[in-house]
Amino acid sequence: MHKDETHQHMHGYGIYILVWFGLLTLTGVTVAVAGINFGALTIATALFIAAVKSYLVLTIFMHLRIEQKAFKIFLLVALFFFVISIVLLFADYSFR
Amino acid sequence: MADDVLAIKGNGHEPSYLEYTGKGKGLKAWITSTDHKRIGILYLVSLLSFYVVGVLFGFLMRLELIAPGRTIMDPQTYNQIFTLHGVIMIFLFVIPGIPAAFGNFFLPILIGAKDVAFPRINLLSWYLFVLGGLLAVLSILLPGGPADTGWTFYIPYSVRSGTNVTYALMAAFVLGFSSILTGLNFVTTVHRLRAPGMSWFKMPLSIWSLYATAWVQVLATPIIGITLLLVAVERWFGVGLFDPALGGDPVLFQHLFWIYSHPAVYIMILPAMGVISEIIPVFARRTIFGYKFIAFSSIGIALFGSLVWAHHMFTVGMSDTAQLVFSLLTFLVAIPSAIKVFNWTATLYKGSIDLAPPLLFALGFIFLFSIGGFTGLFQGTLAVDIQVHDTSFVVAHFHYVMFGGTGFGIFAAMHYWLPKMFGRMYNQKVAKVAFWILFTGFNVLYFPMFIMGWLGMPRRYYDYLPEFHIYHFISTIGSWILITGLIIMFTNLIHSLKKGKIVTEKNIWGGETLEWKVPTPPPLENFEHIPTITEVPYEYKENEEPQMEEVK
Amino acid sequence: MNTEEHTVSHVHRDDIGSRMGMWLFLFTELLLFGGMFFLYSVYRFINTEAFHIAAKELNTLIGCFNTAILLTSSLTMALSITAIQKDKKGLSIFFQLLTILMAFGFLVNKYFEWTTKFHHGIYPGSDTLLSMDSGEILFFGLYYVMTGLHGLHVIIGAVLIGIMTRLTAKGVITKDSFVKLESAGLYWHLVDIIWIFLFPLFYLIT
Repeated sequence: MHKDETHQHMHGYGIYILVWFGLLTLTGVTVAVAGINFGALTIATALFIAAVKSYLVLTIFMHLRIEQKAFKIFLLVALFFFVISIVLLFADYSFR
Repeated sequence: MADDVLAIKGNGHEPSYLEYTGKGKGLKAWITSTDHKRIGILYLVSLLSFYVVGVLFGFLMRLELIAPGRTIMDPQTYNQIFTLHGVIMIFLFVIPGIPAAFGNFFLPILIGAKDVAFPRINLLSWYLFVLGGLLAVLSILLPGGPADTGWTFYIPYSVRSGTNVTYALMAAFVLGFSSILTGLNFVTTVHRLRAPGMSWFKMPLSIWSLYATAWVQVLATPIIGITLLLVAVERWFGVGLFDPALGGDPVLFQHLFWIYSHPAVYIMILPAMGVISEIIPVFARRTIFGYKFIAFSSIGIALFGSLVWAHHMFTVGMSDTAQLVFSLLTFLVAIPSAIKVFNWTATLYKGSIDLAPPLLFALGFIFLFSIGGFTGLFQGTLAVDIQVHDTSFVVAHFHYVMFGGTGFGIFAAMHYWLPKMFGRMYNQKVAKVAFWILFTGFNVLYFPMFIMGWLGMPRRYYDYLPEFHIYHFISTIGSWILITGLIIMFTNLIHSLKKGKIVTEKNIWGGETLEWKVPTPPPLENFEHIPTITEVPYEYKENEEPQMEEVK
Repeated sequence: MNTEEHTVSHVHRDDIGSRMGMWLFLFTELLLFGGMFFLYSVYRFINTEAFHIAAKELNTLIGCFNTAILLTSSLTMALSITAIQKDKKGLSIFFQLLTILMAFGFLVNKYFEWTTKFHHGIYPGSDTLLSMDSGEILFFGLYYVMTGLHGLHVIIGAVLIGIMTRLTAKGVITKDSFVKLESAGLYWHLVDIIWIFLFPLFYLIT
């Protein structure tokens, strides 16, 4: 039914291996900096690196980069729901 | 299956979905069918069965409360009965209600599709629903007795209660996944299977509300899934998660519980609003007023409705910041709801109104939902909520929304669509009589709860002070009137399925949406040829008599 | 039911729709774990010190090792899809089996990690655990529940990929029809993403 649409997925082997190197490097970085105490920034750093790693997995491994726009909007909606819930949750816990 | 269909088509006869049985016969033909129409009916039958059980528990509860002290049961039984009433009504009737029964049946037809995107997952969701129902029934029958925690499963009691809380938790968990699968199916179906030409703003309004609901189902339901699972894990293995004895925070449980369970209220009410948006223009013979406003208000309700959960928790000792934020958001969510009500009434204005049973129930919805909505704002006000929190005022409020809203929405949908689904017309006079009895009984049952709640009658209490006696007494009388109405209504509808006047006209009510352009009852694949949509829905010429086949 | 499958896969075939359904399912999985991350964030906020102390019990080396295994298995999963797209059936099966092997390796590590904790007397309801600070009880409660549920997802993912391997061998998944393999892949990558967050939040907060 949507023949032409189904075959848009073509990633070579190369880019995957590149991303894999990137992911392993970032893991190394996050372990390395975990020992250093940045105070409140420690957790922020760890989460930032994890977010970058997830971004790589989502866009390349999970092909989100070459999916239709709707898929990207979907993901943003889901993330928005997750993030706003945490924010509202902490509207309670951080002001007690 | 494809070959069989072709063979029958070859005879020049397109079988209706009721005639075409597939491979099996009788019951087997139903429970193995992946036809969205049959699944819709499976859902309708099963959830109405649970509804009867729920009503029975409600009846017993009211009977116990007719006088102070013990009337027919002991306090422990009473606790279990109100828990069962809540669990069954919420998880087995109101939440699946419209989307799973009428949504399944009509969503594909209304967007010009032959089925939902994933027919087998659709059937799976019904099996999960049945499994969840069985678990709930098991919790009643097994030694230990049904849960006595209330449907909210608040910590720490739900970890300590010796009753079958775990079964009830697992039932809700499984039912959650059934609901998620329905939502997932609907989102994909709306995105992928709309007929050519049906752009987003040519979709009927019930599709907008089902679509918004489906997103809430997909995103919010897993939160309660995991929360209830964690309570079960805590009960099984003693893992420290919520129990304050192990350092946990019971308030956090309440947060997580309501992160789903408040949006769940919108899972319940939004589809009903969609049904009302379909019925009003048909019986006012007018184009819907403010199509885009109604469409976007569905999305708005889904969005804001997901962000107001903590207004159930104003008295638990949250931070002031959180109280203010959640109170403000609660007021905001009233705006899209009000937009809908205003647009419905504006549609009725100067219409040529035909007060047929579906419209009557729809008007009942608007009236009762408005009361329910306004009293909700009382409780969204921080100071007032201190007075009415956990009183029967709250009970009255959510029954006006859940029963007066969604319940009447389901009744409206039944009177609107059942003749289409089965090709038989019910007795319209009896239906109108049933409506008025129901409507009267409803208000006699629930309105006194507002008053006594305001005066301080706590909810979920087995016993009460003598000054509340009169309200409880009136309320119990109301429950009898209400049940009388229900019996008349259901008898009339069920009787019509066997003995009702046969309807073969495509367009029973003079509607302008796609379900009225297919044969009655709809054929197996809905459309012989997928239609191409060129017009916006609800294209009535102002005040013009419709081209309508009379069925009386 | 077979004939129904026939209709669905050939008449109504819609690969984008299938992937869309899979993504929506992934969101529910994401929020399933999301609920536990809510718990984690609040409890860590309240018991920051206790979480730091408790995390010292975890073996960072095993954590690192498992992270590397999962990341690599994600790579082989992605490669297997490229292989099938290039019509290299054998290669695709090879990569899928490699993925399953790594899933198994991950679980073996996890098993040893858990049993070591059990030997130290740290398990739900144990006297050692109950004698600890309440923040530490919560940390280990969350640790067991979150890594446990994640481990369960690893098992489900591995089984799914196993089914895909069979389907590839039987010629159901081919160059022209590989959306099933893609969906299994999406699931596997999600399991990976969840671990990407679990790892620093549990192992690296000493």
